[in-house]
Parts: sequence; C-alpha cells; structure tokens
Amino acid sequence: MTYLAYGVVAWVFAVGVYGAIVSRNLIHLALCLTVTQSSTYILLLTLGYRHGGRAPIFKGVKLGTAAVDPVVQSLTLTDVVVSVTVIALILALALDVHRQSGSVDPDEISTLNG
Amino acid sequence: MSWALPLPVAIPLIAAALLVVGGEVLPRRVQDAIAIAAAATATAFALVILQASERHDVLHWFGGWHPHDGIALGISFTVDPLGAGMAALACGLDLLALVYSWTFMRRQSQTFDVLMLTFGGAMAGFALTGDIFNMFVWFELMGVSAYALAGFMVEELGPLQGAINFAVTNTVGAYMILMGIALLYARTDALNLAQIGRTLERRPADRLVIVAFVLIVTGLMVKAAIVPFHFWLADAHAASPAPVCMLLSGAMVELGIFFIARVYWTVFAGPLELHGAGVRDVLVGLGVATALVGAAMCFLQRHLKRLLAYSTISHAGVMLAGVALLDPHSLAGVANLVLAHGLLKGGLFLICGIVLVELRHIDELEVHGAGRRLPGTGVLWLLGTVGLIGIPPLGVFLAHQLLDEGARAHGFGWLAAVGAVASGVCAGAMLRAGARIFLGWGAKEDALLTPEPDENAPERDVSLRLMATVAGVAIVLGLVASLAPGLESRTKVAAERFADTSAYRAVVLHGAAHGDAAAHLSYSVLRVDTASALYGLAALAIAAATAAFGLWHRRLPGGLRRAGARTLWPPATVVRDAHSGIVGDYLLWLSAGTLAVAAVWALTL
Repeated sequence: MTYLAYGVVAWVFAVGVYGAIVSRNLIHLALCLTVTQSSTYILLLTLGYRHGGRAPIFKGVKLGTAAVDPVVQSLTLTDVVVSVTVIALILALALDVHRQSGSVDPDEISTLNG
Repeated sequence: MSWALPLPVAIPLIAAALLVVGGEVLPRRVQDAIAIAAAATATAFALVILQASERHDVLHWFGGWHPHDGIALGISFTVDPLGAGMAALACGLDLLALVYSWTFMRRQSQTFDVLMLTFGGAMAGFALTGDIFNMFVWFELMGVSAYALAGFMVEELGPLQGAINFAVTNTVGAYMILMGIALLYARTDALNLAQIGRTLERRPADRLVIVAFVLIVTGLMVKAAIVPFHFWLADAHAASPAPVCMLLSGAMVELGIFFIARVYWTVFAGPLELHGAGVRDVLVGLGVATALVGAAMCFLQRHLKRLLAYSTISHAGVMLAGVALLDPHSLAGVANLVLAHGLLKGGLFLICGIVLVELRHIDELEVHGAGRRLPGTGVLWLLGTVGLIGIPPLGVFLAHQLLDEGARAHGFGWLAAVGAVASGVCAGAMLRAGARIFLGWGAKEDALLTPEPDENAPERDVSLRLMATVAGVAIVLGLVASLAPGLESRTKVAAERFADTSAYRAVVLHGAAHGDAAAHLSYSVLRVDTASALYGLAALAIAAATAAFGLWHRRLPGGLRRAGARTLWPPATVVRDAHSGIVGDYLLWLSAGTLAVAAVWALTL
C-alpha cells in the first residue's frame, strides 16, 4: 500500500514536469506546476500517515493514542501557502505577456536567446 | 547576542510591511528613506553578528524552544562567521542597490522598495538558518521576490520572458528540495540540520539518503546556476533593472552554493564519509563545465548585462568546484571569492545602469565609442574587470590562491588552470566591451556576437553622481578585498569551524561553546604564493588576448580565420543554440541533468 503511494508521487511529479516541458500555453504551464507540486503533498502526507492513527488533535485524548504526524501536515500547509504565491505570480506574468503580445505560447514570446 | 539574530531578517520584512500599509499616504521620498534606513540597520546588525560569531557560534531558538537532552524540536538560527558573512553581504548589497535606486528607479511604484526589502530579508534568513525546512521557506521567499523583481518592467516582453523562465525552473528546483527534505524527515524525524546529521551519521548512506542528497543538491544547483541548470540566469539578468541584477548575481546565486556546502557538512558528511571521492568528482566536473560554458557564452554576448550574467555563471562554477574539494582551505577560498566577486560584479551591473541611462542602449555595438564622454565610468568598468581577473594583489586573487592550494592538495592542481582560463576569458569579454564603449576601439560590427533585444532606457532625470558613487564604492571595496589585513587567516578559521561537523552539533544540540574566544585572529598582510601569482598573470594575458581577439579578429590572416571558424564555430553554435530562451527546453535540461547526477551517484555512492 505505501509503495503504491510512492509510485504515485513519482508518477505525478514526472507527469507535471513532462506537461511543463511540452506546454505551449503559459496558463497550462502554471497548472502543470501545481500538478508537480501535488506530488510533494502526497509524499509529505504519506510519510506522516500511521495505520489506525487519528487526526492530530490531542485535546481530551489519552496519552499514547496513535495519531498521524502533525509536523508533515503543517509542512504541507506551508508548502501550499508558499507555492500559491509562486503560481499566482506566474499567472500574473502570463496575463502581462498576453497583454503585450497577444499570445501565451512560451515559444512565440521568446525574444531572449543565445 | 542571541537576541539580535532575527533582526537582519525582521527589520527589512517589517519595513516592507509598513511600506505596503503606508504606501498610499507616505510621500515617495519618505518611503525610499524608510527602505534605505531598514536596509542600513539590517546591514549594521549583520556586521555586529559577524563580529560576535568570530569568537563563538551564536544561536537563537525561536519562541524559546531550546533543545532538551540533545533533542531539538524548535527552529533555530545557527550562525557562524561564514553564515553571518553571507548575511552581511546580502544586506550590504541590498543597501547599495536601494541607495542606487533613489533616483534610478524614481518613476517606479513603491512595490520596488517592498520587493527589494523582502528579497534582502529572505536572503539574510537563508544565510542564518539552522533548520532545513526554514531554509526552504526562505528559499521560496527570496525566489518569489526575485521573480517579481526580474519581471518588474512589465511593459516589455523580454523581462516577462526572463521572469517566467526564472520562476518556473527555480520552482521545480524548490519542489525537488522539498521532496529531499521530506525524505530526510521520514528517516530522522528531524528538521534541524544538526539533529538530522547526528541521526544519519549512525550508519552509512542507503538509497533513501542518496536520493535525498541528489534532490537537495540539484535543487540548490538550480539556484546556483550550475550547468545544465543555469539557463534561467542569463534571461533573468538581461531583463532585470541593474540594481536587481546586483543582488541576483552578487548574493542569490552564491547563497545556492553556500547552502550546498552547509547541507553537505551538517547533514551528509557523516553518512557519505567513505564516498567523499564520488561526491567530489561529480561536483568538480559540474563546476568545471559551468566555468567553461559560462566563459564561452560570456565571450559571445554583446548585451552588457547578459555578458556579465554569463560571467557570473562561470564564477559560480569555480565556486562549486571549490566547495566540491570538501576541505576547509578551499572553502575559505570560496568565501573570499563570494565576497570579492559579489562586490565587483554588483558594481559592474550598476555601471550597466549608468550606460543605459546615459547612452540609451545596453548593447556594446550600439553604443560603440559613445562612452568617450564618460571617462570616470570607463575607469570604474576597467577597475571592476581587473579585479575579477585574479592578479596579485587585487580583487579575487586571494580567493584564487586559496582555491589553487586546496586543489593541489587533493591532486586537482589543473583546476587552477581552469580557473585562470575561465576568469581570463570572462574578463577579456568585459575588457572588449569596455574598450568598444568607452574608447571606441575595434570594429562596429561583429558577427560573432549574439544580437539581443535592447532595453527601454529610463528617463534621464537621475543623479549620475549618486549612481557612480555607489558603483565606485562596490568596485573599490571588491578590488581591495584581498588586501584586507587578516582576511585570509580569519576566513580560514571560519571555514574550519564551518566544516567541523561534530562541534556544530555540540553547539546546537548541547549548547556547548563552539569556537575559541581567545583564538588569535591576526591582522597579517596578504601572502602571495608564486604559483598563484603566475596563474593570475596568465589569466591577465588570456584576458588581454581575448579582448584583442574580440576587437580585431577581422584583421587576422584569412587562412587562420577560416581554420579557426571551421574548428570553433560548430561547437560554439551548438552551445549557443542550447540557450534557446524557451522554458520547456530549460526544464528538459533540468530533468536530464538531475537524472544524470542521480544515476552517477546511485552507481558510485
């Protein structure tokens, strides 16, 4: 079961990066990055998962009760917050690109090279 | 001293928040003054921390979460002289860039000041942190600020393309780092660098540790612009305003290198102890490739900022090779290189800003000879270039000397020659550009160089004197860096402490005093090693030859020219075409590079 989760992590990461590589549309590219990023969520949450563990809310719970790891959950939350900023910025840049050139194809807007 | 550690980070971030809130009511000049005051205070605190850390490491546990019985749950800033030095350099360059922008960016919105402050604060946090997830957060914060700054001129297409390429590649790098961190946490249940290192040390590296090592190091190499992860850098620099380039080239790229060293010694040195050679060979190889590709691409540029950007890539390669030797002597050399290069290259970028304002173009052929009326600027350009060659006793010489000695001790004596060729060719390209612009030498056309779109010049209502003064301060400080009394012995002591893994752990986890308060920090004058001096002079000769070739290659005899074109042009074209400016290609290189590094290390470690 856990191996399946790691396989999914690798697959989602690879699919996201592949999509970003072949992307001909900046909006699509930003979404591919969110797909790539989802693989980090799956990895973090899988690592913290405990079979039979409950949500890590400890008020009124007996000491020693199994719970999933709260640290990876907060790491995931931080990751979400941080990456939303990046994706928002890329989308804003894509909007400006469209305003300037009427295109969102990264191959068409290329003015810098070599 | 512990209380002061968060200040180089907190002051710029709080000031940035104030500027966002007060942006509507405060006059523009007051906002600029607040930003400059915040950066100056942060720099002052970073320097005070640097001085304190020279006696012993300084720690700050956020929220008072001190470790108990050698278990660290809290987040710490753990500061030794190299970390404090990086923070001071980042804050100092941020300060210079903001002062320079007083008139240069006058027409921009307050957003510029805000972003510069968050960028500076994030870089300081990155340099000071002792926690690997905290590092990731600073990595992303400095990334986001930098992407926004790179795309600041949104009315042009070039900056947008540069910012997108920069943001996308670095974001994928950040995800790889995060995965590596997650794997380390899974194995050790810890995020504190010292704690992770102590847990991993108990047994040799297995596949999980090696995968984590590959992910974290390659992710950092994206930031450090190492071949084949370097493509974003030139695009981002070509399009950013000059003061932003100063921060990108002078501090951010170096922070990537710095954290490779930090994470190696605190976390991976133990489990990979028996595989030092495998790590060293791969990283030295990547460093050498970066140094040479960067130098070759540097020579082929006519857009001044792009030219300097490729020279930064080349120097980053030398820095990585120095770190890769995995010994404190070379690390001291890298630290000196970061300092001198950051100031010199930062100053040169500021001169690009002056050229753009005064001559209205940033292309060396467009402004051919037009710089004759700016003799002072021309002299500064020459001084900056000379500092980057490594001739005794100026600029990066001390750094190259330490790196040469470290390389020789490990049987990599040829690295000194690579360093001389790389810095010689880069400096030659800069001398050529300077001679064309400020003296009007050489041909007005040059088919070897890549044409690039020009940049919209800012209005002329700037204070040239202020801008030239700031550039001059940076260049002169960089030029005399090697001559600072005692710098060599102090960086060596600092590097030895940086690489002393067990002492680092004792300080962090058990509160032991690290470093010797009574250590004799001498103020000795510069020592000049004959071999390194000769390499420096060789680099000077290469620089002069490269510049002369660039200016007058059409005067070479026809047969020689054709033979040269037949042998050199095809490989140069291949390398140049690889820098396509298309983000998908860059990601493909990134993936292929990561897989290649992973494959080599999976087989050899």
